[in-house]
Amino acid sequence: MTPAEIALLAAWCAALSLFALAGGLLLSGIDRKLAAHMQARIGPPIRQPFIDTVKLLQKDTVVPANAIPWLFNAAPVVALVSSVLVLFYIPVGSTMPVLGAYGDLVLVMYLLTVPALALVAGGFASGSPYATVGAQREMVTMIAYEFPLAIVVIGVAWRLGAAGISHPFALQSIAANPVWSVTGPLGLAGVFILLVVLAAITPAELSRIPFDTQEAETELAGGLLVEYSGRNLAMFSLAQAAKTLVLAAIIVAVFFPWTLSSFLAMPPVVALAADLLFFLLKAVLVLFFAVTLVRVAMARFRINELVSFYWVYLSVIGLAGLLLLMADVIAGPLAGVGI
Amino acid sequence: MKLNALFNRSLWVYHFNSGSCNGCEIEIVATLTPRYDPERFGIRLVGSPRHADVMLVTGPVVHRMKDRLLRVYQQIPDPKIVMCIGACGISGGVFYESYNLDGPVDEVIPVDVYVPGCPPRPEAIIHGVVKALEKLERLQGVEA
Repeated sequence: MTPAEIALLAAWCAALSLFALAGGLLLSGIDRKLAAHMQARIGPPIRQPFIDTVKLLQKDTVVPANAIPWLFNAAPVVALVSSVLVLFYIPVGSTMPVLGAYGDLVLVMYLLTVPALALVAGGFASGSPYATVGAQREMVTMIAYEFPLAIVVIGVAWRLGAAGISHPFALQSIAANPVWSVTGPLGLAGVFILLVVLAAITPAELSRIPFDTQEAETELAGGLLVEYSGRNLAMFSLAQAAKTLVLAAIIVAVFFPWTLSSFLAMPPVVALAADLLFFLLKAVLVLFFAVTLVRVAMARFRINELVSFYWVYLSVIGLAGLLLLMADVIAGPLAGVGI
Repeated sequence: MKLNALFNRSLWVYHFNSGSCNGCEIEIVATLTPRYDPERFGIRLVGSPRHADVMLVTGPVVHRMKDRLLRVYQQIPDPKIVMCIGACGISGGVFYESYNLDGPVDEVIPVDVYVPGCPPRPEAIIHGVVKALEKLERLQGVEA
């Protein structure tokens, strides 16, 4: 690469990082507003997460006496950087992933575990029994939802590969060929099931009700984050916000990759803005059904219920979706649909 | 300590019971219900003193709770506000001059706002928060 290309890449990455933070905080604000309206409240203003972040930056940052200071302070930085980093590999609106040439959906899956691991490290480094219990629960949660997540990723990419699309794990080809368009009726049912499974994993990835056992405010007083304050807590909440946007972007890219500019002809600059707005709209809709609606309607699972939910029920449902996709490939040529 | 006005729009509250009869607790929880909806103003109840900006203290501070109250007060990162909810915390209330009290609250930690009542109504607690905001604004005005 020439220096000019590297500079362009760096500029794109900087712009995307800003977008990840601002967009993530905006989505969290919309989430809080919608949840409040569903509970017959007025709710905080949409810019409330921005206000919270500014406030946390004004507060003192306390490092507890029995914490491990370097790990305690490094964990929020790692969480923030890795959450933002994931967005570089995911298409946003009509812009293809900036670093798409260097990583695919499997890398995104691995990168998604890094913020959670940073939380675990920070929790253990806090030297508080609450944070330790929270960190153990976070690890259990991670182990629980990784398998259904892998089923979704493998299922979609395998179906695209069976349809003869090259590089089925690359997010560019996933976004360019909506998985709905290559399947027959059986496959449509299978893809829908995988969508439901991915939506059910989202609250656990974001540690929201009903899967927020690791933060459990009523029992663990904030769990993993119990000792964090000020700047460190602000970094964790920014990481959380960026992760919200990233997960919405993944669901949008894998299942709803359509853009406005592919239906309507418009000049490139307008198309970029329109697609970005359309992307945010899709993200809000996805998060409303996957996170907001669920967290208002449900109470928290116990940690053992959470594990059996993911390992038993969701895995079986996901495997059923995968089987439907396989049946679709086999039945496709016979029925004259699909491939 | 420099504060800007956004601080006032995001007060996170931590609740400490120093030996209260639970009357004030019920009213504090009632204040957080959808009917009063303090989240409109960014007010949230948090579980950890490390996350808190405002400490609500109820109860007359019994002997056993004095050390705990001091420790929790010190665990809250600066800047912080202390609100004393209920008659017990102000004067001892019905436990006035009891052998078992180290309180009232302002003999143990500095208090910014007193909310009288036994127990105070949610409206009174919200009024107390408004007073706390006025005090914060005054501090910001002095420092600006």
